[in-house]
Amino acid sequence: MPARARPLSTHLDVYRWQIANTLSIVHRLTGVMLSVGLLALTAWLVALAGGPERYRAVMRILESPLGAAALAAFGFGFFYHLLNGIRHLFWDIGYGFGSRERHLSGWLVVAGAFVLTACALAFSIHFSH
Amino acid sequence: MAEFSLPANSKVRKDGRVFKAPHGANNVRVFKIYRFDPDSTENPRLDTYEIDMDGCGPMVLDALIKIKNEIDPTLTFRRSCREGICGSCAMNIDGRNGLACISACDDIKGEVKIYPLPHMPVIKDLVADLTDFYAQYASIKPWLQTRTPAPPDRERLQSKEDQEMVDRPSACILCACCSTSCPSYWWNSDRYLGPAALLAAYRWIVDSRDEATGERLDDLEDPFRLYRCHTIMNCAEACPKDLNPARAIGEIKQMMAHRRF
Repeated sequence: MPARARPLSTHLDVYRWQIANTLSIVHRLTGVMLSVGLLALTAWLVALAGGPERYRAVMRILESPLGAAALAAFGFGFFYHLLNGIRHLFWDIGYGFGSRERHLSGWLVVAGAFVLTACALAFSIHFSH
Repeated sequence: MAEFSLPANSKVRKDGRVFKAPHGANNVRVFKIYRFDPDSTENPRLDTYEIDMDGCGPMVLDALIKIKNEIDPTLTFRRSCREGICGSCAMNIDGRNGLACISACDDIKGEVKIYPLPHMPVIKDLVADLTDFYAQYASIKPWLQTRTPAPPDRERLQSKEDQEMVDRPSACILCACCSTSCPSYWWNSDRYLGPAALLAAYRWIVDSRDEATGERLDDLEDPFRLYRCHTIMNCAEACPKDLNPARAIGEIKQMMAHRRF
């Protein structure tokens, strides 16, 4: 008989972060982020319905440096989750499982999310002045 | 519910023993190896071995055998064929699951860190308990099931194309590298079958000679057994035989969807 219960071998803390598992966890994290961001969107809509006073109060928060940074992060989360979601749909219909395809599509998703976030930022800066 | 941190009896102590390289060694590499002694009451620890690579074969398994033969005979690990066909020496090397016998030390930068297959009960050192893993394999009934009587004068024949469908998935050696690399399997191995068992299920589902395809799919129609796969893709990254369990699982999911219509 062993002197004690068998230990559980190491897992998360020793497994290497690779492109595949990193993008997978980022998909989860951006999903959580979007759920939280939805509260901010709701607050904005409520303020919009609540008259100019309330709207200005909420906009002051959203236009503060911290608020703007949060919106940019939310934007990145949105575009990343959208593009990676499309990548998941391709897997669901049977494409993109090969080593080359899944690595390439992963990097494309990351690049695409940055480009679309930059476009959205440029767009919002252009129309706010 | 997923438990992200290790239980108290499993936390790895960093104050392991250190075995210095012999004097005069000029091609030294450092190996850090997970050790657990079931006969002591102590937690697992990391031991450090400095190996003179000039007197050692190129593979990680060569280094382990050298340690066991020349430095520390208590080091315990499974090995047999030393050519990547038996699957015994599956372990976590440099953060990835693989076979020690076909993993070259030169492909690893810096210290070579070796742990047992992740999130498994440890019997001793690098030997994980694979009992449940094998039970999951058995649960998918990995044998030919037929209803029709066999031809009296010959085997059940298969076209070349049909054989090619089962050719690759049949190359699985059940080393458990894929299943124990999968976070879904880590958190739900009591209910999720894992990539290895599902690849085996796929191999029988697509076999043109098998006549239990419907029952096989029925058995997998379950929120956990099949659908805990979230296409994280660690399995395909880890497989030392370059198989693709993720693709097989994806195809099973597609068959599930198609047979509803």
